[in-house]
Amino acid sequence: MADLRHNFVGIKSPNPFWLASAPPTDKEYNVVRAFKAGWGGAVWKTLGLDPHIVNVGGPRYGAIWGADRRLLGLNNIELITDRPLDVNLQEIKSVKKAWPDRALVTSLMVPCEEPCWEGILRQVEDTECDGVELNFGCPHGMSERGMGAAVGQVPEYIEMVTRWCKDKTRMPVIVKLTPNITDVRYPARAAKAGGADAVSLINTISSIISVDLDQFAPEPTIDGKGTHGGYCGPAVKPIALNMVASIARDAETAGLPISGIGGVTTWRDAAEFLTLGAENVQVCTAAMTYGFKIIEELVEGLEQWMDNAGHPDLDSIHGRALPNVTEWQYLNLNYTAKARIDQDSCIKCGRCHIACEDTSHQAITNMVDGERRFEVIDEECVGCNLCVNVCPVESCITMERLPAGDLDKRTGKDVSPDYGNWTMHPNNPMRDAAE
Amino acid sequence: MVDRYLEDGVIEGRLDSDLYEQNFADAHPPLDPHEALVAADRCYFCYDAPCVTACPTAIDIPKFIRQISTGNLEGSARTIFDQNILGGMCARVCPTETLCEQACVRETAEGQPVQIGLLQRHATDHAMKNNLQFYDPAEDTGKTIAVIGAGPAGLACAHRLAMKGHKVVIHDANPKAGGLNEYGIATYKSVDQFAQHEVDYVTAIGGISIVNDSRLGDNLTIDGLLDEHHAVFLGIGLGGVNALGAETDSDDISVNAVDFIAELRQAEDFAKVAVGRRVMVIGGGMTAIDVGTQARLLGAQDVTIAYRRGRDNMNASSAEQDQSSAKGVNIRHWMQPVEVTKSGSGSLNVKMEFTTLSEGKLTGTGKFETVEVDQLFTAIGQTLAAGEAIGSIAVEHGRIRVDETFRTSNPSVWAGGDCVAGGDDLTVTAVAQGRDAAEAIHAALVT
Repeated sequence: MADLRHNFVGIKSPNPFWLASAPPTDKEYNVVRAFKAGWGGAVWKTLGLDPHIVNVGGPRYGAIWGADRRLLGLNNIELITDRPLDVNLQEIKSVKKAWPDRALVTSLMVPCEEPCWEGILRQVEDTECDGVELNFGCPHGMSERGMGAAVGQVPEYIEMVTRWCKDKTRMPVIVKLTPNITDVRYPARAAKAGGADAVSLINTISSIISVDLDQFAPEPTIDGKGTHGGYCGPAVKPIALNMVASIARDAETAGLPISGIGGVTTWRDAAEFLTLGAENVQVCTAAMTYGFKIIEELVEGLEQWMDNAGHPDLDSIHGRALPNVTEWQYLNLNYTAKARIDQDSCIKCGRCHIACEDTSHQAITNMVDGERRFEVIDEECVGCNLCVNVCPVESCITMERLPAGDLDKRTGKDVSPDYGNWTMHPNNPMRDAAE
Repeated sequence: MVDRYLEDGVIEGRLDSDLYEQNFADAHPPLDPHEALVAADRCYFCYDAPCVTACPTAIDIPKFIRQISTGNLEGSARTIFDQNILGGMCARVCPTETLCEQACVRETAEGQPVQIGLLQRHATDHAMKNNLQFYDPAEDTGKTIAVIGAGPAGLACAHRLAMKGHKVVIHDANPKAGGLNEYGIATYKSVDQFAQHEVDYVTAIGGISIVNDSRLGDNLTIDGLLDEHHAVFLGIGLGGVNALGAETDSDDISVNAVDFIAELRQAEDFAKVAVGRRVMVIGGGMTAIDVGTQARLLGAQDVTIAYRRGRDNMNASSAEQDQSSAKGVNIRHWMQPVEVTKSGSGSLNVKMEFTTLSEGKLTGTGKFETVEVDQLFTAIGQTLAAGEAIGSIAVEHGRIRVDETFRTSNPSVWAGGDCVAGGDDLTVTAVAQGRDAAEAIHAALVT
């Protein structure tokens, strides 16, 4: 069986699945239930200074759904913990004592003043938890008070606060980054410059999830008004994967440990984060949707895949996809693929045809010899993959590579055996400059 | 269980009274809003959707289902009624398993089609319960049309004519409008007086009047109607029944299944409908299934449907056959009655001969079995009963001959529904033909 034991900046856990700092980790009761279920670690919901903040008394969440009301994206306007600091600290201490083999990290958010950070770090150290995560990410409620994303959007502040924290504590310091910026490498570089042991990302994305058309008000609606919230869940995974990969690939931050967050719902999602450079993952929305029991599927699924593929431990998959992440101009333009429709598994819904006919390249038939039949017209197919993505039957349509030397009926030319990218392409006006 | 359950003879009140209510409840209860959303989510919104092609009225099914899934029930109902103003009844009685749902790609994919019929009912029920009317008559054309028969074909024709601005007078032979929807559909397929509600809903557009107890041939003639109206539409169905092809010692030895179904539909108290303990039904269509199943539901202990050919030859769909079997009806194939005699006790001895195919032709085997029953139903097809009443209008294969616009050999007379040749005896087909005949009449009158 694959070894899922994990060591993240010195913090050990039996598996790489931690619960993210969020409602599921706000209380001892919840965290103990999670550890009983099998979660490898938890980042305690963000602590602030007393007097503790208050939350709205109305709805805190909104959502978007797929078919059969499957939750795809969740938006929240909840703030950091709304319980007294002492209560949280006592519970953190109690949980760590009872569960020494699990990772327990405390998330923090206090004003950008050195004594504030020094004071709370001393209190957190007393709990004997494993580390701290600096919440520079929350996009709502706290950022307007100069905290959360307001810090995460200014690399100089990130560096400054990170340095304060590293100076004041022996504990590992993880800096949690906001995606609400144009280039996530800058805050990551700042965290590293400040001495961070690791970064974690992404926090939630600023969003209005929906509008109540009767009240003409954003949802969730509080007494007729709404505000932007933080967006998370399966829908944000692609954004998170890209940000994780771009930090992992950046020369300035290469080697900086990353805790991957954003829409992890299945073991496969987690594996994708790990191969793009995350060392572990943090999960929230999936647990809030299905409960803590999903940890069984996450752990067993990852183990099974690793066993089947012959990956003995997490190190052997960490960052394995990074060498294959490149810039567009380095993609091989001589690579040629055509869609192929397996007629045996085709159910004849015609979605591939209409998608291609209305919105793309008119490369799929709807009728052959008077029969309803969907076939690819190689003369028109550019290999775009839209048909694959709209087909309701998995693996019914596949993209098949044309071997070198075969005729591409669309271009009328044979497929070149050579690698040729945009920087070498005759149509590229910058080509000469590059040479 | 009451004692009467085991009594021989054709008697009333075989069951406890509360059992009747249970037995004749809605066969396919409506979807609740959540169920409808789950069912609607399964639709793939196919291109040139096979379900639409399979629907005789060509309802835009993917569109109306998408409208359900986006919370637009009103728009969904309109999409249905645009093509089929009797979409409510069709949602109840269509053999969807051989039409739209058979064609559904999810039937191909996983053997579980989208529940199109129930979704159609969900949308149309919403509109009809709230009496949402979507159509107004066009400006009065000054033309009037007589429609004979207030069944599915006649109602669909009348509604489309009214939309076009024509005035319509419907004559119907029965005391109530609705035709087979009112008199011919199994009771559990159309509960709570739905057929009458639908007549009211359809005629609410205005410009349509209905004259009941007015039969073609009695006081009405086609020539007389054409004196008063600009056109006539015949939606007269099939009033006659085929005779039992067996030797009998009296004429009233068997019961016409069509009459029995009508009696049951009109019954105010099911306990007052007499049924035998041992019942045999001769036939293989939907009528045979409906009468056999309902005989069981009335308390018949032993019901056999005897059909002279095999299961696949039956006009009743396999789903209908299965539902009937599930109610305890015994369907026997490859046998036909040759002689029926009455015993001293009043029971009937039905001598059946087993049949087979010989060089593609149905023949007797010379092997016999005699079955003793209390009641014998015939459900062996219907015939055009109008006879002389339709005058010189041409008939082929026993039904009225029409062209592709449903015009008869009399250029001022159109026809549709079961009475015309070439149909499939379905409610939904009658609706399609009535609607299309109305378009043809309109085109002929205003151009």
